[in-house]
Amino acid sequence: MPTIYIDNKPYEVKDGQNLLHACLSLGFDIPYFCWHPAMNSVGACRQCAVKQFRDEKDTKGKIVMSCMTPAADGTRISIDDPEVKEFRACVIEWLMLNHPHDCPVCDEGGECHLQDMTVMTGHDYRRTRFRKRTHRNQDLGPFVNHEMNRCIQCYRCVRFYRDHAGGRDFDVFASHHHVYFGRQKDGTLENEFSGNLVEICPTGVFTDKSLKRHYTRKWDLQTAPSVCMHCGLGCNTIPGERYGTLRRILNRFNGEVNGYFLCDRGRYGYEFVNSSRRTRQPFIRNKESGKLVPASREESLEYLSSVLYFGAKVIGIGSPRASIEANFALRTLVGPERFFSFGERNLKMISSIIDALKNGPARSPSLREIADSDAVFVLGEDVTNTAPLLALALRQSVRQRPMERVEKFGIPLWNDSAVREGIQDEKGPLFIAGTHATKLDELATETYHGAPDDLARLGFAVAHELDPEAPAVTNPGEDVSSLARRIANALRNSRRPVVISGMSSGSEELVHAAANAAWALCRTGKDAGLCFIQNECNALGLGLMGGRSLDEAFSLMEKGETDTAIVLENDLYGNSESFLVDKFLDKCRHVIVIDHLPSKTTEKAGLILPACTFAESNGVFVNNEGRAQRFFRVFVPSDEIQDSWRWLGDAMKVSRHPVSWETDDDIIASVSREVPILNLKDVSPPAAFRVAGQKIPRQPHRYSGRTAMHADISVHEPKPPEDPDSALSFSMEGYEGMPPSPLLTRFWSPGWNSVQSVNKFQSEVGGPLRGGDPGKRLIEPAKGGAVSYFQGVPASFEPGSERLFIVPLYHIFGSDELSLLSPGIAERTPAPYIALSRKDADSLGIAGESGAEVAASGQSCRLPVKVDDSLPHGVVGLFAGSSPLRGIALPLWGRVRKTE
Amino acid sequence: MFSLIRTMWTILLHMFRKRETVLYPEEKPYIPPRWRGRIILSRDPDGEERCVACYLCAVACPVDCISLQAAEDGHGRRYPEFFRINFSRCIFCGFCEEACPTYAIQLTNDFEMGEYVRQNLVYEKEDLLISGPGKHPEYNFYRMAGLSIKGKDKGEAVNEEQPVDVRDLMP
Repeated sequence: MPTIYIDNKPYEVKDGQNLLHACLSLGFDIPYFCWHPAMNSVGACRQCAVKQFRDEKDTKGKIVMSCMTPAADGTRISIDDPEVKEFRACVIEWLMLNHPHDCPVCDEGGECHLQDMTVMTGHDYRRTRFRKRTHRNQDLGPFVNHEMNRCIQCYRCVRFYRDHAGGRDFDVFASHHHVYFGRQKDGTLENEFSGNLVEICPTGVFTDKSLKRHYTRKWDLQTAPSVCMHCGLGCNTIPGERYGTLRRILNRFNGEVNGYFLCDRGRYGYEFVNSSRRTRQPFIRNKESGKLVPASREESLEYLSSVLYFGAKVIGIGSPRASIEANFALRTLVGPERFFSFGERNLKMISSIIDALKNGPARSPSLREIADSDAVFVLGEDVTNTAPLLALALRQSVRQRPMERVEKFGIPLWNDSAVREGIQDEKGPLFIAGTHATKLDELATETYHGAPDDLARLGFAVAHELDPEAPAVTNPGEDVSSLARRIANALRNSRRPVVISGMSSGSEELVHAAANAAWALCRTGKDAGLCFIQNECNALGLGLMGGRSLDEAFSLMEKGETDTAIVLENDLYGNSESFLVDKFLDKCRHVIVIDHLPSKTTEKAGLILPACTFAESNGVFVNNEGRAQRFFRVFVPSDEIQDSWRWLGDAMKVSRHPVSWETDDDIIASVSREVPILNLKDVSPPAAFRVAGQKIPRQPHRYSGRTAMHADISVHEPKPPEDPDSALSFSMEGYEGMPPSPLLTRFWSPGWNSVQSVNKFQSEVGGPLRGGDPGKRLIEPAKGGAVSYFQGVPASFEPGSERLFIVPLYHIFGSDELSLLSPGIAERTPAPYIALSRKDADSLGIAGESGAEVAASGQSCRLPVKVDDSLPHGVVGLFAGSSPLRGIALPLWGRVRKTE
Repeated sequence: MFSLIRTMWTILLHMFRKRETVLYPEEKPYIPPRWRGRIILSRDPDGEERCVACYLCAVACPVDCISLQAAEDGHGRRYPEFFRINFSRCIFCGFCEEACPTYAIQLTNDFEMGEYVRQNLVYEKEDLLISGPGKHPEYNFYRMAGLSIKGKDKGEAVNEEQPVDVRDLMP
């Protein structure tokens, strides 16, 4: 550990850091702009100057940029030297020369890194008499607002957008003080991570366009730690509420999961919470008119007690997007035998995934570990669209191998521009096998496109290549076996290989093949990672809880063994063929639906109970890594809305069920007892947790308008709501210091109002949060023991003579239904379509972008056709999202016919 | 005994002094121009609302009696969708006026705000907004800011150059 001297005091720092990183980690305040812990140093802004001395006798010293100077042993620097202080003040004065007089109308105001740094250096008066340069803004689409006048040319945006996230449609233009950051011409930013510009930009050039529509300052937002619910990765977020509506989502740093970034679906998909379509009170179907009419809480409880009598034949249908608590409450109410979860195919896949993670030697890596891996094999997943932030991690992983080479030149890894110069276009091994071309293919060493069965065969072949004991593939063909050999070699020659697969291609064999490949790597002595992607935020949690398949529920109803169904936060029409669901619901005497938005299922319900969204309830989601993460109520829901598990608890009370819960902690204790693998007790501190006898406030200490916000209704201020479920309070009073990491409601530190204040909450800048990153891993691999490979290598795919094989095509904007209620995301969603290879299109006589009729599983519809030559012959891609064919379990055989 | 007589004597002398009590409301007291009384929202010299809904008054308020919501017209100009002051909580400290970057919120020398019903002390934007510029007749925030609004394009504010032509190659 090198020792450095700061103002003549010795400090121990970590090896291989730059001075800025080291000083910030030690708690010193050095102003900076261009440096970012995730993107390292370029030395563009000249703001982080310190004075370096040769030795203790040197009194003159020289000014250096701390971000570009290694913290080598014996380095002597001064931060407080008057000359360097003046230098920093000058730099910020130059940077501010052209900064407009905008703070009151700027969305960044109050959480602006430039404001913070200006105050820190002491610049407070504009001395120059020259004019300010101005810029025209661009329309950058529905997510990001552009106000170029405010730019201080730190280059963070291009470095993030192009270098880190791989975007192409954004760059820096012009020269000298005319430097312009934007697109070549107006238009939507195409990259899936464009929303991070809002947090990356140290000032207000890029601001959140969805926040702008209902603008609120950071100090007025009531915030709580939350978890994103728009895919299975479980990124940590900080949603902010004001006046009863959700205003924005901000990233919540979690070193193991999302780090500093979020995808646009996670950041902008929140607006369904504010939707005017929300179910805000119970509805009961009127017997005479057959219509759903609003009902009171008492009436709905009466309905429940009449339906849930002793011996009633009730089944429960859980949901992969509802919390563990809600699913468990339903499971307890109806009994584990009468609890149903996934469709048959998904249930098989999730069981295989759990089996593979629990009983195999390969560990499920976190996103950070994937970003650090040096060889990746993706099997059958369009990562950018099914788990966007994983794609960002993969973009970093391909740099690991070349970075090792660059390090040998003596270039420190924090020196970003030198490292990128050294890497050039070299990329580490990344193999992508999928049904069609994906955005990440541009990074791939090699790609392979085939039907799911062929992909699985490739995976099995790789596993066999790595370990001859793994099942072999019969007649793999020369190109597949040589590709498998190359993949196996690349994985074998790496230190931290990862195999990625998932549920979106709908093939259980792919899960088996990926597990075999990772296990075979483990057998060769590698610490291989095995990552599975699920599309729903709590799919793994529901899988761990168990439950039977929906198809079994349908057949129970068919046989008349049940007549009442409770459907929890689930639109059955999205998970099963509509004629099956119709038959099921029509046969059901009583359908009780608990959900927060109306859906096709609620239209058929006898009783609808209004549920909380993620922002209004507490709960636990288990992400794809097997990490249980707790999210907290951001605000108290209005009207009759309450947690799903509280509705189910009420149902248990009226049906005289022996179990009852009062708080979230009770139900968590119950889950941990009943389902041993879901031991959620120490995921977060319990509700009784206090720091110095105080709760942790959800509102910042500057929260304004307390005595006026409700004054239009009544001048007498209401009592702040109580929170029996957590150690957080709905007030600005409470413990102001640093709470445990799962209870961090916001990042703020004196002098650091912007998101950069996260530095102060990390044990080392860029490292884990103090006290460890939140979340608890539930699944660890089996240690030792023999590996029992999955058998059952599928036969190779044969194109049908009449029929085509339909595979799903996921879209980051469009495949997640809740996020579609955000206008920005709806704008980015493509219209439903099918994609065909040129060969298939020609043989069907479909020319150009004309339409075709798709028929599968007894349903058919007309959709426009896109030609995608990466699709294998005999395979047709169907947009996975809301289309008339929504709900059919893909992949399956179907027919495509030219429409006249 | 002596002190008792002295006190009575002093009181007797007071009878011949000038009266301090004012016969309000018939007789109006003198209110100095910097008096901090009823709060108003002013308009800029162009007659537009000065308030840009920056929330600084609300956060400066020690009793948190100001609440508002920002909105934007179609041309980039910000204004408060609603602006509410709960005068039953207001302590007339003037911090809001001090915090206001646009001279929109001003304290006037009107103090006659008594009400029988406390609810009537909740003032909305319609009650607060006056038709003139108040104490600062010249100031117009949007002429200083870099933001473009209707009638003021980029480069037309005070001390601004014309917008840069990014495709220009001149040094």
